[in-house]
Amino acid sequence: MRVALFITCVNDALYPGTGRAVVTLLRRLGVEVDFPAEQTCCGQVQYNTGYRRQTEPLVRRFATVFTEYDAVVTPSGSCAAMVREHYPRIARRAADEDRDGELAELTGRIVPKVYELSEFLLDVLRVEDVGGYFPYTVAYHPTCHSLRLLGVGDRPTRLLRAVKGLDLVELPGAEECCGFGGTFSVKNPDVSAAMGADKARAAVDSGAQVLCAADNSCLMHIGGTLSRRGGGPRVLHLAEILASTEENVS
Amino acid sequence: MSDAASFPQAARISVRNAQLRGNLRHATRTIRSKRARAVAELADWDRLRAAGAAIKDRTLRHLDQYLEQLEAAVTAAGGTVHWAVDADEANRIVTRLVKATGEKEVVKVKSMATQEIGLNEALAAAGIRAYETDLAELIVQLGADRPSHILVPAIHRNRTEIRDIFRRQMGAWGRPAPEDLSDSPAELAEAARLHLREKFLRAKVAISGANFMVAETGTLVVVESEGNGRMCLTLPQTLISVVGIEKTVPTWRDLEVFLQLLPRSSTAERMNPYTSTWTGTTDGDGPSEFHLVLLDNGRTDTLADQVGRQALRCIRCSACLNVCPVYERAGGHAYGSAYPGPIGAILTPQLRGTASALDASLPYASSLCGACYEVCPVAIDIPEVLVHLRERVAEGGSVTRNGARVTIRPAKGHAAERVAMRAARWAFEHPRALRAGERLAARTRRAHPARLPGEPWSASRDLPVVPPEPFRDWWQRTHGGKEAK
Repeated sequence: MRVALFITCVNDALYPGTGRAVVTLLRRLGVEVDFPAEQTCCGQVQYNTGYRRQTEPLVRRFATVFTEYDAVVTPSGSCAAMVREHYPRIARRAADEDRDGELAELTGRIVPKVYELSEFLLDVLRVEDVGGYFPYTVAYHPTCHSLRLLGVGDRPTRLLRAVKGLDLVELPGAEECCGFGGTFSVKNPDVSAAMGADKARAAVDSGAQVLCAADNSCLMHIGGTLSRRGGGPRVLHLAEILASTEENVS
Repeated sequence: MSDAASFPQAARISVRNAQLRGNLRHATRTIRSKRARAVAELADWDRLRAAGAAIKDRTLRHLDQYLEQLEAAVTAAGGTVHWAVDADEANRIVTRLVKATGEKEVVKVKSMATQEIGLNEALAAAGIRAYETDLAELIVQLGADRPSHILVPAIHRNRTEIRDIFRRQMGAWGRPAPEDLSDSPAELAEAARLHLREKFLRAKVAISGANFMVAETGTLVVVESEGNGRMCLTLPQTLISVVGIEKTVPTWRDLEVFLQLLPRSSTAERMNPYTSTWTGTTDGDGPSEFHLVLLDNGRTDTLADQVGRQALRCIRCSACLNVCPVYERAGGHAYGSAYPGPIGAILTPQLRGTASALDASLPYASSLCGACYEVCPVAIDIPEVLVHLRERVAEGGSVTRNGARVTIRPAKGHAAERVAMRAARWAFEHPRALRAGERLAARTRRAHPARLPGEPWSASRDLPVVPPEPFRDWWQRTHGGKEAK
């Protein structure tokens, strides 16, 4: 099986540690991932802000770059959801509007091969205990697109529960949005900040040492809010917790 | 409406109102969890939901036929049907009908359609006083306020505020509240009951909306909790109902689906206390004169849009408001129309267009968290429509206005954003350029501040720390960690 890593633009530029953790974790589980260097961004920011046609070249690039792989793994529920939920829609509209009739076929091939990390681990590799070690109390924030668009369900928490030393505690109001929402966070900064403040408070109230999610953009928002108010848990991507071992704790 | 504040401007003020935030938080969370329990009781909820969506879609596809069937049935049952293409025409029709009775007062049962068209203001300009009789609408009217929720229009008020409004204002509108009125719910309800009873017994004309119109028999349906609607619908001599054309259902069998979906989604009840139905007029029973004003006001234009038309499935249950994290913090008034919350954010820019700063800002009043879609009893994919309308705002394009296809220009204030989006797309199409940018950011990382003055992100959140090396450089340098780190 040829497996490619789709790092996502946010992780590439700001959270390379998450990408390194995915590589380490999958190698430990016997899977060598490839990183096609021509990959860039899924186009979610453009699409969700109202620039659908700007997204089309990025859809085409994604579908072309990853075409030869059997599986594409990404440490972002939101970007995985962009591909799975919105690529077919974008391709259909492009065909309807006589711009790119080929896009539908390209995306039709790629979409079923794209997995968010927890999906890949549980549905493809069929492992729940990835051999991790992480001696901290952890609260899990499900992130809206993982939860409602992808429907990853309890996959991330099943993986976390199997990590040695890890104590999973409840996050109050876990399923509520953190208020990031891409450009929402700058277009509606006051409401976004109010939502972020409530989420940060819930993270503190959980008593956890670490707040975990499967999306660094949400963690960037919650972490930035926590760091401004001072104190509270540190934020860490799911991949980095799962990759953590007794020799090398994240 | 063109001078109204945009959503972010209005929300900036409301988000700082601790009383409002507290009231909304408490109220929406209570209804939210009750609704979840009421829905969980039904094993076939998903199928009911799919049926609701399918019935609405089929009806909307053949709306022209069902509306003519409805008109024929209402007329045969002794009612008179009027067609109003927009708010002005609807207001003119209703004003003329009330004037023809010689009355100067009307009672109203809560109706979103009449709020949408500003009927009370139009009647007032013609010297006719409209009394709201839904309890929450009464609170809003006495407080010279605006509704902020579809189902609970006074959700932004707490008991103490309501007592103060009653004590201060009831006397000016009719029977005053007792001097020693407390803020206990029973006393407040009794004061409202006595105040409203006087109105019901005196009024000769009533104005209502309707939740549904059954085309096969010409029957209108109002679903409510208080019984005040029933008073309005039965006691006066003349009844005028103003109803959006999308409220049509073909048959009673179709209605059955919605009578299960609506109460569980809105008040979290298995069945609502009062369901009133009326078909034209009946001698010696209820109003002797009945007028139905069918309101378009942008609905046919909305129907022309393949993605946006699903908003017309809405049955005004307000479940989307009660789960929306943005609504909870911004409050209903920030949405600047009769339709607040996620449904308002997709309905208002379609009914009114996106020309004003407020209407153009509504599609962005969402983090796209998807909680609204999850609870919608007729499966309106609100995030999908929001993104679709964002495209209309950001890029312009072809829309239907007053029945004609027109090309609209992008809304003002998006030029810089459009340039940025194009630049980002260009960089994402040129991985080498992207990489050069990432490297530059990495090399200058120590000079990056945690906050930038005047920049909206870092006003409340620290900026992320740029790492010394982007992932793609690490991969190239170490071949995915296989070589020295």
